[in-house]
Amino acid sequence: MKKSRVLRASALLIGLSLVGVACGGDDTSSDTTAAAGGDVTCDGLKIAFFGALTGDAGNLGQNIKKGVDLAVAEFNEANPGCQVGIEAYDSQGDPAQAPALADKAVADASVVGIVGPAFSGESKAVNGKFDEAGLPIVTPSATNPDLANQGWKIFHRALAGDDKQGPGIVQKITADGKAKVGVIDDNSEYGKGLADIVQAGLGDVAVEMNSLDPEGSDYSAIVTAAKDAGVDGIFFGGYYAAAGKLAKQLKDGGVDAQLYFADGVLDVGFIEAAGPAAEGSIIMCPCAPKDSNADFLAAFKAKFNEDPATYAAEAYDAATAFLDAIAAGKQDRASILEFLKTYDKAGVTKQIKWDEKGEVAGNAIYAYTIESGAIVGKPGLIG
Amino acid sequence: MRDWLLYRTFWDLTITGLALGSIYSLVALGYTLVYGVLRLINFAHSEIFMVGTFGALMASQEFLGIPMLEDGGYPYRTGFMLIVFLMFILLCAMVFSGLGAVALERVAYKLRGNGDLFGAVVLAFLTGFVVSMVFVDDTLANVIVAAILTAPITMGYMSLFRRGKQSPRLAFLISAIGASTAIAEAMAIWGPEKREQYQTPRILEKDVLFTFLGADVRVDNLIVIVGALLMMVALTLFVNKSRLGRGVRAVAQDAETARILGVNVDMIILVTFALGGVMAGGAAMLFTLVYEQSRFNIGFILGVKSFTAAVLGGIGNLKGALLGGLILGLVENYASAIFGGQWKDVVAFVVLLVVLMFRPTGLLGESLGRARV
Repeated sequence: MKKSRVLRASALLIGLSLVGVACGGDDTSSDTTAAAGGDVTCDGLKIAFFGALTGDAGNLGQNIKKGVDLAVAEFNEANPGCQVGIEAYDSQGDPAQAPALADKAVADASVVGIVGPAFSGESKAVNGKFDEAGLPIVTPSATNPDLANQGWKIFHRALAGDDKQGPGIVQKITADGKAKVGVIDDNSEYGKGLADIVQAGLGDVAVEMNSLDPEGSDYSAIVTAAKDAGVDGIFFGGYYAAAGKLAKQLKDGGVDAQLYFADGVLDVGFIEAAGPAAEGSIIMCPCAPKDSNADFLAAFKAKFNEDPATYAAEAYDAATAFLDAIAAGKQDRASILEFLKTYDKAGVTKQIKWDEKGEVAGNAIYAYTIESGAIVGKPGLIG
Repeated sequence: MRDWLLYRTFWDLTITGLALGSIYSLVALGYTLVYGVLRLINFAHSEIFMVGTFGALMASQEFLGIPMLEDGGYPYRTGFMLIVFLMFILLCAMVFSGLGAVALERVAYKLRGNGDLFGAVVLAFLTGFVVSMVFVDDTLANVIVAAILTAPITMGYMSLFRRGKQSPRLAFLISAIGASTAIAEAMAIWGPEKREQYQTPRILEKDVLFTFLGADVRVDNLIVIVGALLMMVALTLFVNKSRLGRGVRAVAQDAETARILGVNVDMIILVTFALGGVMAGGAAMLFTLVYEQSRFNIGFILGVKSFTAAVLGGIGNLKGALLGGLILGLVENYASAIFGGQWKDVVAFVVLLVVLMFRPTGLLGESLGRARV
């Protein structure tokens, strides 16, 4: 292991010396905003997106990719001498497909930072590879708490983990005065992990209703169980496609319980899949509402002609951290990783500053709901 | 025993289990028919079902122009219009699946060394397309290149076919698996929504019709169960009473003898695929009626389950497909209630193993070929 690391490091050094002398002199660049760099020079550096662009939760990855695109576009415009590229690794959110892509990312020496992996399952499968290669990552969306406890030096996340989100959900359900809440998950790293936290937090109020197959289509057995248990609330840990099918079948089956979901469901895909059954669902998320930063909202709208959706702002913050490192003259994996350790800046979603485990300082949990077929922020931020 | 959940919700689970089981049964018929005449498992049948769901989707969204939502609610239709719409969607799904099955037979099964032109043309086009894809990353350009290359490649294939010997049976199994992957991936790559889930509009209001022993019977569940039964009766009548059906039975019994006696075996095989496809189309329409969704790999899990149902009931046996499908649907639902949703597949396959241990040919045994249909 050690030998290969030395090899990679020397390969990097050779690559950097080829980049030219010009890079050397810019260590003094400001670390205010990425766009303010101005005179930064670099050559052939890339930031990678890693996550699902297609597949059952592909919308979430698309949002993230757009956040990265915006940050990089702004940086490139402000720094004519340093055009940073974007590499996209579409894992389809599948832990089985992720490792081969991770090898590709590691092998591409021009990739100096990764925004992602987007989901917890794939993170668990590949973050070890990135750690071994010393390739820094900032995930804008993977919230499984265990990810921060693996001893990965390269791990950072731009939002609170499920150890914060779970209690936030429990707090919300308790505040709503629910007496009997069915807890369902999709058996994924993220969904099961979060459902377990919520179930433990709810204690006697929770009724365990086991897992469903997110690729399956018939959830009638769960609907029957929910009806039988007479629940007045249901929490599902999983992603939006399965959540939509579940919500629809629950409503059709005559279950009137209030539905609670988490960040993986906060997408229009949920509304498309559930139709009118989505109305009134409560979706919690450690992700900031789209209008939490007016400048970001305006810039995003100008570029993509749409509002930023779930995780786009977090992805922007994640990419900005890497771009700030590049602007500060840290242009290889090792020095960028070092730079992130002391990074402390107001991002568009929160103060971006990581502890030694890679957890971000701000950990607000927000509540959203579905009204007339649209996601609306619900006042009642849970800190 | 999870708090006697099964005991309390037995009839609810029975009704939803029968509805899903009916869909398994219809798809299982396709496996069983093809096995009956060819002694082969058509592993691409699951994709024929998928094609049918997209036929239903296109019928309702494109041809009939039904929106997903009307005034914030479901686009319900009622009375006569509802029946016309449902029949039209059913017809479209059956046509899509039926044509899909016929095309599949031509391409994946027909290459029997005697040089089938249609199959060779399709294969040649696909070959040209793949070769072009290596060089250009533009679908339209690939299609044009492939179209130009089709004629010369077809000639090459035809001469190869003429020289070739009869393919071993295993080759068809592999080509079917290949076709299955190819069809699903083509949908994932070129479909408008790629790998995302598609929704079909809901035109049938899912009211509870009546209560049966404490269980709500919804109109969609009832339509699925009754519809599937009707389709199966029609198929059985066709196989037993019609001239073509007699041909199917003759080929199933002994293909060589049937050929000697003047039965057009190739034609019968095509008819068999078409019948299986039409049944899968019916299943697809009923499926979208209840679950209102589709995706590029919707057929995969359902196909495995239906194949299991066919084996459970006795593959090659039409009544066995019905029985196997219904039993599988019920067992899955009951198992969900007893052990939890994540165990239902395990229990379903344990049941299959136990049945095969005591009755190696399935519950009813093989009989399409034994004139006991």
